[in-house]
Amino acid sequence: MSGMSVLTPPTSAPPTAVRPNRPKSKAGWNVLGLLVFVVMVFPVYWMLNTAFKPAKYAIDPTPRFFPWPMSLENFRRALNISDFWGPVERSLIVSGSTVVIGAFVGLLAALAISRFAFRGRKLVIISILTVQMVPLVAMVIPVFLLLNQLHQIDKLSGLVLTYLTFILPFTVWTLRGFIVNIPKELEEAAMVDGCTRTGAFLRVVFPLLAPGLVATSIFGFIQAWNEFLYALLVMSQQHETATVWLGSFTTAHGTEYAPMMAGSTMMGIPVVILFLFVQRKMAAGLTAGAVKG
Amino acid sequence: MSAAETTTSKVPPTRHSSPPDPAGRPQPPRKRRFGGGRGGSGATPWLLLAPCFLILALVLGYPLVRLVTLSFQDYKKPQLWGFQPATWVGFDNYTAILGDSEFWSVVWRTCWFAGGAVLLTMVLGMLVALLLQRVSGWVKTLVNIALVASWAMPVVVAVTVFKWMFDSDYGVVNWTLSKLPGVDYDGHNWFASGVQGLSVIMLLVVWGAVPFVTITLSAGLTQVPKELEEAARLDGAGPFGVFRYVTFPILKPLVVMMTTLSVIWDVGVFPQVWLMRGGHPEPEFQLLTTYSYEKAFEVNDYASGSAIALITVLLLFGVVAVYMRQMLKIGEVE
Repeated sequence: MSGMSVLTPPTSAPPTAVRPNRPKSKAGWNVLGLLVFVVMVFPVYWMLNTAFKPAKYAIDPTPRFFPWPMSLENFRRALNISDFWGPVERSLIVSGSTVVIGAFVGLLAALAISRFAFRGRKLVIISILTVQMVPLVAMVIPVFLLLNQLHQIDKLSGLVLTYLTFILPFTVWTLRGFIVNIPKELEEAAMVDGCTRTGAFLRVVFPLLAPGLVATSIFGFIQAWNEFLYALLVMSQQHETATVWLGSFTTAHGTEYAPMMAGSTMMGIPVVILFLFVQRKMAAGLTAGAVKG
Repeated sequence: MSAAETTTSKVPPTRHSSPPDPAGRPQPPRKRRFGGGRGGSGATPWLLLAPCFLILALVLGYPLVRLVTLSFQDYKKPQLWGFQPATWVGFDNYTAILGDSEFWSVVWRTCWFAGGAVLLTMVLGMLVALLLQRVSGWVKTLVNIALVASWAMPVVVAVTVFKWMFDSDYGVVNWTLSKLPGVDYDGHNWFASGVQGLSVIMLLVVWGAVPFVTITLSAGLTQVPKELEEAARLDGAGPFGVFRYVTFPILKPLVVMMTTLSVIWDVGVFPQVWLMRGGHPEPEFQLLTTYSYEKAFEVNDYASGSAIALITVLLLFGVVAVYMRQMLKIGEVE
């Protein structure tokens, strides 16, 4: 509707005709924007709201929209239902190792496909892309059989190995995006000045790449941290990871909704905070050059 | 999305940098392309790629091959424990599956579920991205916060939250709907029917997926030249015309990329259904992924499970081909 009003004036007097229209139409859009905000944020708000209410008010036929008085009861209950810190520790170990291995191995591969022109380069890129597209769920049976053969069932190392299947292609592809955006001339200048190829990389490219590497690693960490299916399949109940711990609220502890929301808060909020740090960088890396294509 | 602007604007220089031959030695790549692997430097890229390939061959390549071979074998508990060798059965698993009417209802269900989720995600994502261009700064910030929060929410957390919101007795959704005049949703069980239950799960998937689409498209929208839109408007195009003939064509590569990714992700939906149904999805909740999982790990028929998984992958293959074409086009720029 704003476009319609803009359409007629230009022939006569654009500035005076367009200006008064702006605030009015913007207010309409703002209301719509706020509506989107409320709908999108509501599940998160509802989780926090339920988690911080006293247990007796949390589950109420007439829901209370504000967590007042505040209470940490639900958190205490969530921590007592079953061991929380053990699963968190296992998740940290698995995600951390996956990311460290993924970042190192992935960086080498990303350098190869972005800084070297060699026969078969395109084929390598295609295969890495294809591999990234294979839905993990479809691979669950043969991966399970493989881990069974390697005696890696119920071992954190087995889980790290499976997580590399999705962390590694993702890391290679994203790092490649960051590397191609670093001008080659910088490296070449350093080499003209007497640096070796490795020296040029370590002194020039690496410092420029570091923020992207950190962002990619954090993003990979989040993905590994959030993984559910393989964690469920590979680990036994005594060695469950954090996602499976939370998932067991929906299976084993049926309707304990308030502690479940407290558990969800403990799982979700750290991830959201981490994500906030890297989201901008990642959005840039993922879409780099995409529009120009 | 200032970061996006700067990185994309850096792309052209890299493109121009490769063809001219700056004086000096740092041009080994060129030689290699024609001379093949000459000396140690020719092997460098392959050495760099080796660890990555080794790991992927072990954890992805081998299982992928195994998935295919498994689907032509008879593989159940005894074979898993090594009491009996696996025997080849040809296409028996496939004929059994394709002749099963339950399988076809699962396929059909997966199609409408994934199709609906993708369509909703893309349309809503695009609308919100366009809306964000028109709102005031503070509204934009608020919406962005909400988007990032829902994007970052771990799937398992999202499932627990939606399960609680849609609870039949104490859920906030039933309470809110019952407030509407003439509607009584008190004690309504959303998961009594597969269609309604899967619609709730679809909503949950869309809620988590819209932010990625919106944020990426918002970054893309900043690349649309304002002059082009203005020119179209002066030529008499309405708001829809501007979008249809100017904005959309520029965003198209992004849209294609995200649509294919969404198809792959939404066909691959597993924890959402599995957890929502407390670890045992009823028949009318089965999607291809849960169906394959159930065949393998509940019925212990690993071969049939593999065959179903392989059919899923093949169904997706067409979609992936489109995506690959798009990504390679982008790749050629660099």
